[in-house]
Amino acid sequence: MLNTADILETISMIREENLDIRTITMGISLLDCASEDADRFADKIYDKITKTAEKLVITGENIEKEYGIPIINKRVAVTPISLCGGNFSPEGYLKAAKALDRAAKTLGINFIGGFGALVHKGMTKKDEAFLSIIPQALAETDFVCSSVNVATTKAGINMDAVAKMGDIIKEAAYLTRDKESIGCAKFVVFANVPEDNPFMAGAFHGVGEGEAVVSVGVSGPGVVASAIKRAGHCNFSELADIIKKTAFKITRVGQLVAFEASRRLGVPFGIVDLSLAPTPAIGDSVAHILENMGLERCGAHGTTAALALLNDAVKKGGVMASSHVGGLSGAFIPVSEDAGMIDAVSCGALSIEKLEAMTAVCSVGLDMIVIPGDTPAEVICGIIADEISIGVANTKTTAVRVIPAYGKKEGEIVNFGGLLGYAPVIKLNENSPAEFISRGGRIPAPIHSLKN
Amino acid sequence: MKAVITVTGKDAVGIIAKVANTCSEHCANIVDISQSVLSDYFAMIMLVDIDKLNIPFANFVDILAELGKKSGLVIQAMHEDIFSAMHTI
Repeated sequence: MLNTADILETISMIREENLDIRTITMGISLLDCASEDADRFADKIYDKITKTAEKLVITGENIEKEYGIPIINKRVAVTPISLCGGNFSPEGYLKAAKALDRAAKTLGINFIGGFGALVHKGMTKKDEAFLSIIPQALAETDFVCSSVNVATTKAGINMDAVAKMGDIIKEAAYLTRDKESIGCAKFVVFANVPEDNPFMAGAFHGVGEGEAVVSVGVSGPGVVASAIKRAGHCNFSELADIIKKTAFKITRVGQLVAFEASRRLGVPFGIVDLSLAPTPAIGDSVAHILENMGLERCGAHGTTAALALLNDAVKKGGVMASSHVGGLSGAFIPVSEDAGMIDAVSCGALSIEKLEAMTAVCSVGLDMIVIPGDTPAEVICGIIADEISIGVANTKTTAVRVIPAYGKKEGEIVNFGGLLGYAPVIKLNENSPAEFISRGGRIPAPIHSLKN
Repeated sequence: MKAVITVTGKDAVGIIAKVANTCSEHCANIVDISQSVLSDYFAMIMLVDIDKLNIPFANFVDILAELGKKSGLVIQAMHEDIFSAMHTI
C-alpha cells in the first residue's frame, strides 16, 4: 500500500531534484541490410530504422506522461556501420551517415549512434576507408554519433588506430569550426567498449545482440546530492548506504520504464544502465555530489576516493533493482555537461590530470573536455593513449571525447548549447609525445588478460 | 490499476469538487483522499481506480493538468506503478 511520505518523496525527486530517465535507446541490427551498392545500402538502413523505431518517440512520450517521469532523450543505436556495409569507398560510407541522419529526423529522435568501427586489434581496408570519412560525416550530419574502439584488455591497444584518432578529431574540429567544433562532441574513442550502452556518443548495437532491443539509461545526480546533504556529517559506511538506497530507487524507475517501453514496442528489454548522468542544469551535477561529501571543490585531493565510493555504491544499490544491468553503469564526469565540473575547471581546482585519475574509478573517461584549438594531433593521441591504457590495464571501459575548439585558447569559454553545455578551454601539458605515438603497431595486452 | 493524483497550490473554494468532477466525468473512481492545508497552501493526494476510464490515461493526465492551469494549481496524475516500483521490493 502506498503511503503519503513515499508519494511525496517520489514527486519531490522528480520536481525538485531533477530525477529523470536520461534515455530510452532502441538498438537495431543492420547486419541484414548489407549490400554492395552504397545507395542501396543507404536506402535499406533508412527503411529498416524508420520502420523498426517508428513508435519509439510516441511510446516514450506516453510513458513519460503516464508515469510523470521526464524521459529526456529517445535514441537509436545501430550495428557499427563499418561492419555492415559492403566494400564501400569513403563516399559510400558518407551516404550511409546521411541516411542515418535522415532516419533520425524522420523519427524525431535526439541522436543516432553506431557510425563506428571496432579496430582494437587491426584495421581492414574497409575500416580504413570508413575512418577517413568520419570527420566529414560528423560535419555534414546533425544527429549522427560516431565511436571507434581502439583497444581491449584481451587484444591490447592498436596504436596505429590511436595515431589516426588525433587527425580525425582535429579535422572534425576544423570542419565544424563555425559551430564551436561541435563535430568532436559527437565522436568518442573507446577501450573495452560495451555493446549495449544506451548513452551517446558511444551507443551502438553490438554484433552479439538480437534484431532489436530496448535499453534505458537512468540519471539522477541531483537526487543523490540532496540525499547526502540531508544526511549531514555521517561516516563513510552510512554515506555508502544512503547512496545505495537512493540508487536503488532511481534504478527501479529505470527498470519500470524499460519494461513498459519493451512491452509497448514489442521489442525485447536489453539492459538498464546504472549511470549518474549530469546535465548543465543547477542541481544535476556529479561534481556537487562529491562536494556535498565534504570536498571544498571537485578536483581537491580526496576527489578520486569520493568518486570511487560513489561509483561503487551506485552499482551496489542499482544492481538489485534491475533484472539486467549493463552499458557503462557508473558515474559520468563530463566537464561541459556538469555545472560543478565547469566551475571547478574555471577556478583552476580541476585539471585534466586529475580528471584522468578520476576515470580510473568511474565510467567512462575524459568526456566533453575542451582543449586548445592549436593542440597538435599527436598530443591528442597521447591523451587517448593514456586514457585507453587505464581502461585496458583495469579491465574497464574508458573513453575520450575531447574538443580541440578551433581558434580557442586556454581559459576561453566554448558554448555548445543544450545538454552538451559549455566549458572553459582546459590547460594541457605541451610536451610532445610525437615520437612515442609514431612507433606504430600494438601495445601488447596486459598479463591479467590471460584468464583462461 | 490505480493512479495517484496530486494537487498543490494556494487554497481556494471547490478544489476537491473540481477534481472529483473531472474524475467522475471520465469514470475514474476515487478510492482514497488525503488532504491538508498548511497556512494558505493546499495539498491533496487522491488515489483513483482507472480500470474503467473512458479515455486513454495519457489524455486524462492532460485534462487534469489543464484543469490545474486554469485554477492556478498544479494537478498531476501519475500511474501508481512508479511509486510501488520505487518504494517496494
